[in-house]
Amino acid sequence: MNLALRDIRYHKGRFILTSIGLGLLLGVVISMGGIYRGLFADALAVLNHTNADIWVVQQDTNGPFAESSRIPEDLKYRIKAVPGVAEASPLSFQTIQIERSGKPYRFFLIGYDLNGFGGPPGIVAGRNIRQKHYEMVAAKAMKLRIGEKIRLGQHDYTVVGLTGKVVSASGDPAAYVSLSDAQQIQFKKDNDAIRNYRARIASDLDREPTLPPAQAALLAKKLSAGAESTHTVNTVVARLAPGAALKKVQQRISRWNHLRPISTQEQTNILTKGMIEKARMQLGLFRIILLTISAVIISLIIYTSTIDKIKVIATLKLIGSQNRVIIGMILQQSLLMGVIAYGIGYGLILLTYEKFPRRIVLEAGDLRGLFVIVMVICTISSFVGIRKALKVEPAEALGG
Amino acid sequence: MYAVEVEKLTKIYGSGDTAVTAIADATLQVKPGELVAILGPSGSGKTTLLTSIGLINEPTRGKVIIDGVTVADQGWLAGVDLKRLRREKLGFIFQAHNLIPFLSALENVMVALEINGISSSEAKSRASELLAMLNLGHRLQSYPSSLSGGEAQRVAIARALANKPKVILADEPTAALDTENGKNVMALLKKLAVENHSAILVVTHDHRMVEGFDRIFQVNDGRIMNENRQ
Repeated sequence: MNLALRDIRYHKGRFILTSIGLGLLLGVVISMGGIYRGLFADALAVLNHTNADIWVVQQDTNGPFAESSRIPEDLKYRIKAVPGVAEASPLSFQTIQIERSGKPYRFFLIGYDLNGFGGPPGIVAGRNIRQKHYEMVAAKAMKLRIGEKIRLGQHDYTVVGLTGKVVSASGDPAAYVSLSDAQQIQFKKDNDAIRNYRARIASDLDREPTLPPAQAALLAKKLSAGAESTHTVNTVVARLAPGAALKKVQQRISRWNHLRPISTQEQTNILTKGMIEKARMQLGLFRIILLTISAVIISLIIYTSTIDKIKVIATLKLIGSQNRVIIGMILQQSLLMGVIAYGIGYGLILLTYEKFPRRIVLEAGDLRGLFVIVMVICTISSFVGIRKALKVEPAEALGG
Repeated sequence: MYAVEVEKLTKIYGSGDTAVTAIADATLQVKPGELVAILGPSGSGKTTLLTSIGLINEPTRGKVIIDGVTVADQGWLAGVDLKRLRREKLGFIFQAHNLIPFLSALENVMVALEINGISSSEAKSRASELLAMLNLGHRLQSYPSSLSGGEAQRVAIARALANKPKVILADEPTAALDTENGKNVMALLKKLAVENHSAILVVTHDHRMVEGFDRIFQVNDGRIMNENRQ
């Protein structure tokens, strides 16, 4: 006869309520683990979807995600000409916040060369961008409809397709436009600013007495054109030809001393160790605190439940019950509570994880690990009750 | 052979100036099938005597022999498995029935059998039989909280009898019952002592319940003052 199950059956209301409470706590622990994995997945989403071997950025920067990086778009031709590079494509990234339905609306805009790579990873509705201008593919998480227009900078952009879950390192959903559109949105000055800038150059040149007026006018035109150019990108990504040596290609690109070629592994380290390290530690600390709280709660519950059963335990001892029967009853109850609470917590997160504002990634290894930890906590927690039970004297069964 | 033999049993609590003698030089023998009362006021030492015979309370001096096995001689004897002896040779009945609240009447009796190594199916059939014999066949699945005082005490008696013990020790078994139910329980114990050939020792301070005992030991201030045969 299983005394633990009989006790639970008799006190099922109390047991279920306790397990639900503990389950909610474990649900939070599971979600913390999921958020931690989600941080990784988010941080690496664009990196993984781009599927490049090398990220060429401005020298002495950790761009384009961790730091700002600006390089000329036409570098793509020089990168492509490096031996070992199969293809190269420029990319532009920027975080945009606009007002939509009276609320702040934040997303990550990626500009890509329509003839290169680094565009949307897969279209789940609608189509990919076909025209060079004013078309957009948005991540599903942006909750835009196909055909919807969204104003960015000086133009309206029409959503022509939806892609899956692509987000920035900070978890903002991503949208894709052509590179030239992205450059316009990021770098194009409005007409007032251009007129003002041109007037300042003309005024500066007017004060140069050695310059003839014709030369000054020509110089002003050249200077303005350079400043008004939008042909700047944040990175040029490259894929290597089969058999090409990554280190060698990096060394060749490094020789141009104004560039830094970052491998995917290095970029991963920048993103994970640098950008999300603190968040990871914070979440880890929260998990430890919550698991400690769970352990204390389980210990208290098991201890209280043992105190409630002192007379039962004394009676069992008096009628000759072996210690293993009593230890088994307490340990099984503790473990069963852990299993049920874990199941409730897991079920809760499984039903709700898609509704969390940040991505939750549940990995089988993490879940198994947490289950083992919960079982260990339950076992250790039950020692408090077992210690108390073993001290109970059979004589305590006597008397009123 | 006696079912219970106690020779010059002494139990002293504490030591030095604070030592309290709960039982002093108690000697008694009980034969199988005998129903014996240990009568005395509160604090007289009757429960100490019962718990020493019940292998719960280690005597300071003297001998305790259960069904021919010497278990104590100036303290517990080494090599004696007290738990096993309690399981196999002793049955206990308590003042407040002490049924396990989360087990049904049937399971409360079964648990005593299963602890003694009886298989679940056999325990079930033996427990059902015992409860039926005590007119509780209709209450097998009832929990202690839904049983009357008399019914609960009969389930406790069934549990004490489950392993066919040589000795049944009852500590104030009628204290929580009204007079009628108390008399019924005593009559039942008398019947069982004869039918099962068990020695039954009942501790009580209730003089109303002393009818029907074969012998009565009067205990006062830790000493057996006299023995009355009925």
